[in-house]
Amino acid sequence: MSDQIVIHPLYAKLLEKFPESVVMDERQGFSGIVVQAITLLEVVKELRDNLGYDYLSSVTAVDDFPEERLEVIYHLFKSIGGAPVEIKVFLEREEPVVPSLTPMYPGAELQEREVWDLYGIRFDDHPDLRRILLWEGFEGFPLRKDWKEPLYEEDTKPFKSRWPEGKGERKELLNPYKDNVQYPREFDPNTLSGDVDQAMYKSLEYSDDPNSRVLQTDQMVVNIGPQHPSTHGVFRMTVVMEGETIVNLKPVVGYLHRNHEKIGERNTWLQNMPYTDRLDYLAPMSNNFGYAITVEKLMGIVPTERAEYIRVMMAELTRIASHTMTTGFLLNDLGAYFTPALYALEERELILDIFEEVAGSRMMVNYFRFGGVVRDVSPEVLKKIRHLVYNRLPRKIDELDKYISANEIVRIRCEGVGVLTADDAIAFSTTGPNLRASGVPYDVRRADPYSIYESLDFDVCTRDHGDVFDRYRVRIDEIHQSIRILKQVLDRIPEGPIMAGKPQYVAKVPAGEAYGRVEGPRGELGFYVVSDGKPNPKRYHVRAPSFINLTSLAQMCKGAKVADAVTILGAVDIVLGEVDR
Amino acid sequence: MAEIDLNNPEIDVPAELKQQIAVTTLDRIYNWSRSNSLWPMMFGLACCAIEMICTAASRYDLSRFGMEVMRPSPRQADVMIVSGTVTKKMVPQIVRLYNQMSEPKYVIAMGACASGGGPFKEGYNVVPGVDKFIPVDVYVAGCPPTPQALLHGLIILQKKIEGEHIPDTRWYKKCVVEAIPIPILGPDIIDPRHFELIKEETHKPLPVVEEVVEGGETA
Repeated sequence: MSDQIVIHPLYAKLLEKFPESVVMDERQGFSGIVVQAITLLEVVKELRDNLGYDYLSSVTAVDDFPEERLEVIYHLFKSIGGAPVEIKVFLEREEPVVPSLTPMYPGAELQEREVWDLYGIRFDDHPDLRRILLWEGFEGFPLRKDWKEPLYEEDTKPFKSRWPEGKGERKELLNPYKDNVQYPREFDPNTLSGDVDQAMYKSLEYSDDPNSRVLQTDQMVVNIGPQHPSTHGVFRMTVVMEGETIVNLKPVVGYLHRNHEKIGERNTWLQNMPYTDRLDYLAPMSNNFGYAITVEKLMGIVPTERAEYIRVMMAELTRIASHTMTTGFLLNDLGAYFTPALYALEERELILDIFEEVAGSRMMVNYFRFGGVVRDVSPEVLKKIRHLVYNRLPRKIDELDKYISANEIVRIRCEGVGVLTADDAIAFSTTGPNLRASGVPYDVRRADPYSIYESLDFDVCTRDHGDVFDRYRVRIDEIHQSIRILKQVLDRIPEGPIMAGKPQYVAKVPAGEAYGRVEGPRGELGFYVVSDGKPNPKRYHVRAPSFINLTSLAQMCKGAKVADAVTILGAVDIVLGEVDR
Repeated sequence: MAEIDLNNPEIDVPAELKQQIAVTTLDRIYNWSRSNSLWPMMFGLACCAIEMICTAASRYDLSRFGMEVMRPSPRQADVMIVSGTVTKKMVPQIVRLYNQMSEPKYVIAMGACASGGGPFKEGYNVVPGVDKFIPVDVYVAGCPPTPQALLHGLIILQKKIEGEHIPDTRWYKKCVVEAIPIPILGPDIIDPRHFELIKEETHKPLPVVEEVVEGGETA
């Protein structure tokens, strides 16, 4: 934020190369460059091919209502680490069109569909621009500021009906339908076909040429999900098959779209903290962490030292809990029904006990605050963690690993299945253990260190084959590294306050923007927030790792068998609360 | 426990046969056996599903109550645990699953979202409570409810089943129980039972509609 006056050398290079179409974003608190839509492709091509920004992390948009402007915001990184380059494109609110980056970065595909779905920004040359979180035929673009939801009360919380007077009244009773619905005028429900999947089926390319087929059979479309025990929640994949071989696959998401981002704009800054727990509900502490450091960046406060240690401790415990759970449920998908999951859940329960003791809740912890954490960790809890870290977890993880790694069936089912090469993994914006299993040593804790990770000793675990088995191996390795981190944290944790300054109930956040990211158990968890100086965020965007990891699912599954698709999905490790938000 | 519940001392059993003969009513023996083998549907929606899994795992151990047999197919399940936020996009599938369950069937709304929308109630894609579409037997409070709370909810459901009387129960009557109409995805979720109301409201003269629809804004 302080580099308002000194232009970053990279931006200077771009300004020099494209003097007419690139300008700095000079608003107070904002950074990055503003590019005209027609030259976007050239600028991005320059960044990718000549300057090394090969990793497109996030694509999102902001509505500047009442100004007649929409912004599309791209964050690009180098896969060797470092800070982002931020590109913005300003568009008119009427019929906004911007060229699609999907041909250049395939990882943009689902994210651009999301922006189209929620903002109505059209991406030219996008291969498959359909609604993603909502359904075809939904009325309006919900994240635009002038779009109102059916139970709309006010733009910002706390709503006057609840506070300070506190007269409870049920808002849906004011709605003519007595429900959370609204319909456009002159709408006649009898004229509706209700077929919302037609465009999706059309986008699955059937090959009509029988010579191109391996087997001389008909191609068949099979839907797996949204209610299916092996899709890890309400996820649906539509698969085109030839015999048992997958020819094409489309992930269909949105069945758990809970409108985090719209609700997040109504909430105050602090009210969003408990909502982050419900994003990736297997790793609530990581989500708290990401949101806290993002808003702290904007507020310009630094948490106390003890708080930093507690944060890292909790984040690593979360990682262990999440990775063991993933391992257990991967075996579920392989057909070893529930027994390995019981082993995994046993360890997870012990970690949840610690969360319950420090935060008061097993899953929805709501533990972090801007500038620290909400409660201190007692010496008894530290003793418990010490016992876990030194005595129990290493032994138990090795036990779990021994049963799995030495199992012949597991190896046959996992090795060489769902291979993603390193280049593909970067192009598809894959993150986390999936990226590292493909041999790319990219870990946000090392690539762009936050909190106290710089001072801690740990390795970035990678494997080379990029198959399901390596994804599993990377997770087990990471658990061991997390244990290593925890040992150091336990030895070094200082005494002192757990909050910087006085606890505030209304966070004062200056106008500006911030993109903060942490390495969650599923990969790079980013938060992009924009403030206009009011008690509520103007924009609250979550760069969800498991959503973006799904982009490469089709690539991994093509040519595999249906049973393998289930395994591949299990190894990608999605959490639907985060995918759909 | 079983002996006390099932033996109805209206008929005298000779003392020497007490160990061999138990006298009960059809309702009691039937409900007793049914309530102790409730098979939940293996069906998770959101965060609450994780706590449901924990309930089934070794620490809380659902199988103590005869409920460990989670069936992925609705046709084999007795109780549907709606574990998580019901979204508009998902509700047609949930109603369809409910219709596919064979009777007797029960529904537990697990957690704040399934009971009434919870923290996401104001969201544009959220159904404020699954009871807008399907009948719910037990509501379990919490966000998410702890495994103990879910177990308590299931035990409450057992008690409810034990109080049932065969001639009064809906599914043993001769009339056909109609399936719940599947909601349709249009500009918003449409309950086919409300077609007339929707048509009436959307075709009202403009100023009246403005006032009613955006009543929240002026408040």
